[in-house]
Amino acid sequence: MAGDKVDPTHQFMINEIIPIHIGGVNFSFTNASLFMVATLVVAAGFLYFTTSTRSLVPGRMQSVSEISYEFIASMLREGAGSHGMKFFPMVFSLFMFILTANMLGMVPYFFTITSQIIVTFALALFVIGTVLVYGFYKHGLGFLNVFVPSGVPGILLPLVVSIEIISFLSRPISLSVRLFANMLAGHITLKVFAGFVASLGTLGALGIGGAVLPLIMTVALTGLEFLVAFLQAYVFAVLTCMYLNDAVHPGGH
Amino acid sequence: MFVTAAYAQSTTTEGAETHDAVAGEVHTETGVAHEGGHGSGVFPPFDSSTFASQLLWLAITFGLFYLLMAKVIMPRIGGILENRHDKIAQDLDEASRSKAEADAAIASYEQELAAAKAKGNAIASSAREAAKTKAAAERAAIEASLNDKIFAAEVRIADIKTKALADVGSIAEETAGAVVEQLIGGKVSKAEIATAVKASSAK
Repeated sequence: MAGDKVDPTHQFMINEIIPIHIGGVNFSFTNASLFMVATLVVAAGFLYFTTSTRSLVPGRMQSVSEISYEFIASMLREGAGSHGMKFFPMVFSLFMFILTANMLGMVPYFFTITSQIIVTFALALFVIGTVLVYGFYKHGLGFLNVFVPSGVPGILLPLVVSIEIISFLSRPISLSVRLFANMLAGHITLKVFAGFVASLGTLGALGIGGAVLPLIMTVALTGLEFLVAFLQAYVFAVLTCMYLNDAVHPGGH
Repeated sequence: MFVTAAYAQSTTTEGAETHDAVAGEVHTETGVAHEGGHGSGVFPPFDSSTFASQLLWLAITFGLFYLLMAKVIMPRIGGILENRHDKIAQDLDEASRSKAEADAAIASYEQELAAAKAKGNAIASSAREAAKTKAAAERAAIEASLNDKIFAAEVRIADIKTKALADVGSIAEETAGAVVEQLIGGKVSKAEIATAVKASSAK
C-alpha cells in the first residue's frame, strides 16, 4: 500500500507514537491510544465544564449535557426498568464515549477509534460480561430463564432454547461488528469518493467538471456520516439497555 | 477530498518533515510515526499485533472515563436536575400556599362583609323599631291628650247644655206666665206655672 496515495484503508493504520514493550507484548502508545485519550478529554471535559456553574436555569451548553443525561436515563428506564438504573453510569459512559469517538473521527486527519474491531468488540464484551456477571450474581441459575421464553409449547422448547442461546452468543459479535462496520464502511466510502475528486481533478478541464459529482457525493456522505456517528452510538446504547434488561429481568419478556 | 488536502499540506507546509507521500498522508498528529505502521500488509483493523496496545489503552481511557462519569459528572448533573425539580416543586408549593392564603383572606373578607351587613341590618331594624315604638308612644300620648280635651269639651258642652236646659225651663216659666197674664189677665203663681211647664215638657 505504500506509495498509493488514495489507499482508503490507510486512515485506519495504527502507528506507534511512544513505543512501549512489556514482556514481548506491544503496549505502545499509538495514534489510536492518542484518540482514546482525546475522546476521554473531550467528552469528560465538555461534560465537566458545561456543568461547572450548576446554573438553575441552564445555558445552551449545560442544556446539552443535561439533555444527554436525561436522554440516556429515559432510554435505560424504558429499556430495563427502574431496577436497571444501577447501570446508568455504564450506559451513559458507553454512549458518551462512543458518540465522542465517532464525532472526533469525522474531523479530517483524526483517527476513528470505533473503526477498530478490537475496540468495539472490547466494549461489546464489557456489556455482555456485565449482563452475565450481574445476571448470575443476582439470579443464580435462574438467569438461565433468559433462554426460555415463557409460553412456548414443550415440543418447540429445545428448538427455541437453542435459537435463544445462539442469539445470545451472537450478541457481542453483532453489537461490535455493527458499530465497527458502520464506521469503517462510512470512512472508506468517504475516502473513495474524495479520492475520485482528486484523481479526476488531475485530468484537466473535463476531469474537473466530472469531479463535481463525487464532490457533491462526498459532501452528502459527510452529512450522512454525522448521522451514522450519532445513530450508531444511540443503537449501541439502546441495545446495551435491552441486554441489561435480560440481566435485570431474566425470562421476564 | 481528505487525501488531496493531506497531500497538499504535506507538500507545502510539512514537506520538510515528512518522508514521502505516504508519510504525508499519515494524519498530522501522527506524523512522527513509522511509515506503514506494522507493515504486515493486513487490513489494519484486523492486524492482531495492535490488539494488546489498543485493549490496554481502551481499558485505561474508558475506565478513567467511566470513573469520571460515575463519580463526578453524573452526580453533578443529577444534582443539578434534582435541585431544579426541588426548586420547581418548592415554588409550586409556595404558589399553592399563597393561593390558599389568598382564598382564606377572601373568605374572611366575605365573612366580615356578611357580618357587617347583618350588623347593619340589625342596627337599621332596631332603629326602625325604636322609631316605630316612639312614634306609637307619641301618637298614644297625643291621642290621650286629645281624648282628655274632647272629654273636657264634652263635659263643658254638657254643662252648658244642662245650664241651657235649666235656663230653658225658667224662660218657659216666664214666657208661660207672660202668656197666661196676657191671655187671662190674671196673675198665676210661679209654682203653678212651673208644674205646668214641667208637665208639658215631660210629655
